[in-house]
Amino acid sequence: MAEPATSETTPPARTRVSGIGVVLVAIYAILALAATGRSTVQILRDFSEAPFAYSLSALAAVVYIVATLSLIVPGAVWKRIAWITISFELLFVLVVGTLSVVDAELFPRDTVWSYYGAGYLFFPVITPVLGLIWLGRNHRVVIPRAR
Amino acid sequence: MIEWFTIAQVVVAVAAGLLALVLGLIGRRPSDLTLAGPALVEILLIAQIVVAIAAPAAGNAPSGNPYEFWAYLLSAILIPAGAIAWALVDRTRWSTVVVGVACLSIAIMLYRMQIIWSVQGA
Repeated sequence: MAEPATSETTPPARTRVSGIGVVLVAIYAILALAATGRSTVQILRDFSEAPFAYSLSALAAVVYIVATLSLIVPGAVWKRIAWITISFELLFVLVVGTLSVVDAELFPRDTVWSYYGAGYLFFPVITPVLGLIWLGRNHRVVIPRAR
Repeated sequence: MIEWFTIAQVVVAVAAGLLALVLGLIGRRPSDLTLAGPALVEILLIAQIVVAIAAPAAGNAPSGNPYEFWAYLLSAILIPAGAIAWALVDRTRWSTVVVGVACLSIAIMLYRMQIIWSVQGA
């Protein structure tokens, strides 16, 4: 089993998930899991404490789940969904991150996106950038084949 | 949680994570060596479940929110198993990197769990 991959022949990609994209999907899956767990607990326990922040956490969880799926499922529609969800994420992590710095009152409790995702090692701000770069690169390969 | 046990788990998870990350990035496919790490992390997490159930009875109860703690622990238990399954199915270098990322994220989750357990109001 301990064979180094010297003569690696990668089979042609059936979906968008190939190569380094696999790592991206894994990070998304972990973020989706973390955001879902966190927002479920927050909402069940004390929603009234910070309804806005906790609603955002739930929204973040849903976006991460959809983004994870959209990276895995093949097809032009899902590719578009990947673009939308990942752009949405980037927008939100920047807006919420900035708001949490400027107006802490708005976020008495943290969300995944507070302080640009500092609580998650800044992965929430790093992954959408990587995701968009990766989608952009794949664009040239996948789309002509699909049409 | 028991602090030294947490530290041991974090050390194992970080070591397994860095090993898999480095080997994956230099192009190694998943091997017995790189999958032994997440397997050990998984076994330790199962032990952690036992500890978390037993500890309150021994006077070591979580000071933070128990639901949040369990949400972390039960999420964490899925991750190494998922990474191993992934690496067995998709035998490319990137699966080795995924195993590394998974182990490192467990280290972070364990750190968070320890804070929830031992720091008041965290």
